[in-house]
Amino acid sequence: MARRHHPLSRSVGRPAALLGLAAGPLLVLGLFFLLPVSGMLALGLWPDGSFDASGALEVLRHERTIRVLWFTVWSAAVGTALTLLLGLPAAYVCYRLRFPGRRLLRLVLVMPFVLPTVVVGLTFDNLFAEQGLLGGLGWHGTPAAIIAALVFFNLAVVVRTVGPAWESLDPRSGEAAAALGAGPVRVLRDVTLPALRPAIVSAASVVFLFCATAFGLVLVLGGLRYATVETEIYLLTTDLFDLQGAAALSILQLVVVTVLLAIAHRARATAPVDRRPVAPRRPHRSDLPAAALTLGAGALVLLPLGALVIGSLRVEGRWTLDNFRALRTVGDGVVPVTDALRNSLLTALDATWMSVGLGLVIALLVTRRSHSATERRIRAILDGLFMLPLGVSAVTLGFGFLVTLDHPPIDLRTWPLLVPIAQALVALPLVVRTVVPVLAGIDDRQRQAAASLGAGPLRVLATIDLAVVWKPLLAAAGFAFAVSLGEFGATSFLVREDAPTLPVIIYRLLSHPGTGHYGMALAASLVLAGLTALVLLAVERLRVPGVGGF
Amino acid sequence: MLSLSSVSVAYPGSARPALEDVSLELRAGEVLAVLGPSGCGKSTLLRAVAGLEPVASGAITWDGRDLAGVPTYKRGFALLFQDGRLFAHRTVGDNVGYPLRLRRTPRRQVRARVAELLELVGLSGYGDRSPATLSGGERQRVALARALATSPRLLLLDEPLSALDLTLRERLAGDLREILRASGTTALFVTHDHEEAFAVADRMALLRDGRLVQQGTLDEVWRHPVDVEAAAFLGYASVLAGEAAARVLATLPAGSTATSPEAASAVALRRSALRVDPDGPLRGRVVEARLTPETLRLSVDVGGIGVLDAVASGGLADAPAVGAAVRLVADPSRLALVPIV
Repeated sequence: MARRHHPLSRSVGRPAALLGLAAGPLLVLGLFFLLPVSGMLALGLWPDGSFDASGALEVLRHERTIRVLWFTVWSAAVGTALTLLLGLPAAYVCYRLRFPGRRLLRLVLVMPFVLPTVVVGLTFDNLFAEQGLLGGLGWHGTPAAIIAALVFFNLAVVVRTVGPAWESLDPRSGEAAAALGAGPVRVLRDVTLPALRPAIVSAASVVFLFCATAFGLVLVLGGLRYATVETEIYLLTTDLFDLQGAAALSILQLVVVTVLLAIAHRARATAPVDRRPVAPRRPHRSDLPAAALTLGAGALVLLPLGALVIGSLRVEGRWTLDNFRALRTVGDGVVPVTDALRNSLLTALDATWMSVGLGLVIALLVTRRSHSATERRIRAILDGLFMLPLGVSAVTLGFGFLVTLDHPPIDLRTWPLLVPIAQALVALPLVVRTVVPVLAGIDDRQRQAAASLGAGPLRVLATIDLAVVWKPLLAAAGFAFAVSLGEFGATSFLVREDAPTLPVIIYRLLSHPGTGHYGMALAASLVLAGLTALVLLAVERLRVPGVGGF
Repeated sequence: MLSLSSVSVAYPGSARPALEDVSLELRAGEVLAVLGPSGCGKSTLLRAVAGLEPVASGAITWDGRDLAGVPTYKRGFALLFQDGRLFAHRTVGDNVGYPLRLRRTPRRQVRARVAELLELVGLSGYGDRSPATLSGGERQRVALARALATSPRLLLLDEPLSALDLTLRERLAGDLREILRASGTTALFVTHDHEEAFAVADRMALLRDGRLVQQGTLDEVWRHPVDVEAAAFLGYASVLAGEAAARVLATLPAGSTATSPEAASAVALRRSALRVDPDGPLRGRVVEARLTPETLRLSVDVGGIGVLDAVASGGLADAPAVGAAVRLVADPSRLALVPIV
């Protein structure tokens, strides 16, 4: 019947079981994260087997490097500021007001986030091109186009992070202030914004992070002139074969991203504000400014997408489906676009099960309650270890894979799972962030109650944890699938010439100008955007609160 | 003077209005308690007066001026919530001085007034502390000081004491009354706790299902509950009707206020309305005896009436045994006549 637990065997058994369960994720992490990163560090700091940082420092002193660094920082700062300017009113309108079409608006504002970055880049390129819908602005090939695309892409982060916080903010604090004589602006400044500050700081730091690590869209829109650290790593690696320089920039990127994440994490950890469900209210006249800015945000999302649809349906001024028909042809000289689509789907499927499986085990590991000091210490270390991949951008990861796993002693270049694994690691933080809060939210006494009623550990897992977590897990799987479908940063370093994914082939079509290539790229982008949007719609239907928030 | 005439408030999407045809008046310097069970619409009443809910029909006026269209922050009514709603990111002194700074009061005056207010609520020297370091009762006092800072023409209190524990609530209710008196503040106060209402208010209004069922001075309402339900809500423990009511009334001395039984009256009894007395006119048998901090409580089965609450003097040792015969006398000040509709 019931197994007896001796105090001694128990104090050893639990930590041992913990480590056993952690073995799988640890192995994956060691091989596919620590090894590439240390390889990259070695390349940058131990160029000839002995420590020598002068080469790396030399790279950082290049005039071009400084220019790239400066562009990365200021474009990210401006992008973040503008995203907040449009995103905060949009979060308010979407989550605090009640009007017909509210869900649709939320969906529209959030959709860009799942769009592949290459698609976003192409979409804005098409919008601002000379014959494009907004060609008259003269923004084509300027930083303005890059920043507009960054705002487009990151609006969702602000809406999804600040919106729910705003939705559940107890309005009575503001009402008390209003009764004391504070007008609407004062209430916003003195009560609402301070209460939302953790969410806003968190969203802002994540947006800044995404802006600073934007790869695909900067590569498409900026070309050689406007490069961020990420695109510079790519150009150094693939065009100039300056691996040491790329390693130096990767190390820099690693440090910056880790610092930003630490800031975001600290912001999240500040004291929770009072939460209570609040019914959204009808809009007042005083909501007009917010509504106007939200309208602007909606236009920013819909205009480029509309232009993409139009562009993909036109060839030489005629309405036609030729661009889509051309997808069956060999556009860039290696494989037809339809084959790339098939590759993308299969790769994303593999990446999804990997990231979800890994993410679930990690989430279970870090959220279970510790029963002893040893166990707590192990758990804290694991927690820290598993958070490490968060600090690495997709490009750094792809670069790390390239320099360590592509040649002996470990040659995985032709291994078909290499790209899915890289994509899974990129999607992993998203899965973990979705599942951990849900698991952490389960009252441990529920598990104890189940155990006291005679449920074994597996039964407890099935009846308590899985019952709550399956929906968020499914949503996370959807997100991981969408992310993998559009993943370009890591994939661009690792993909085999003869088996490109859809984003890679879109970029190839753009960088090898030829008749009809641009139209094909538009059509392929529309297909890819449609696919990711469908996945997002399915995830939305699950109505998991907070999924995709930060 | 605050005056509500036929005020109705409806929430979108709900079939019944939250407030229906409510009329009442509140004179300067008075404290009015609106008493009702949760969900009766009393918070809605307060929010409508504060300007936080739009009025569907009827009018809310102050000194004859219609308040429709005047936003909350221009009404000059301070609002005090159940849990104070202090600004957690500001010190106690900053919280109390907030409404003064909104009105651009000079810094020196703000400091003096804050000190004065903190003294009024018994928290002198707390100015530099963070609200997080205060107890629930202290937080509520700070919220009160903040609400009183600009000497609002009307103070609105939404169950200001119900988040506190029992002993603190009793003490703070007394303090609240003192402070309102001392500052001469006109106040509208909603609560579901009749004891709180009795402790703080001058006048009382009973609200049920969004309708005002009774209003008057404390004594009027307490002595003459408008119906059986009102009596129960005001803390009467049991209501007797018909033959049973007549038998209890018949034992009262002639000329006491509760006599003059009308034909269709019920009698509402507080738990202390019947007292053990060797010469009492009612006979019964003890069902149960328990000691409370105040008194010895008995349950007595009175023949032909049923089991009633009664009190006896002395401790548990003096209590009549279960099953013993006792005689009871009714206290006319502890019962009320209730019309049966």
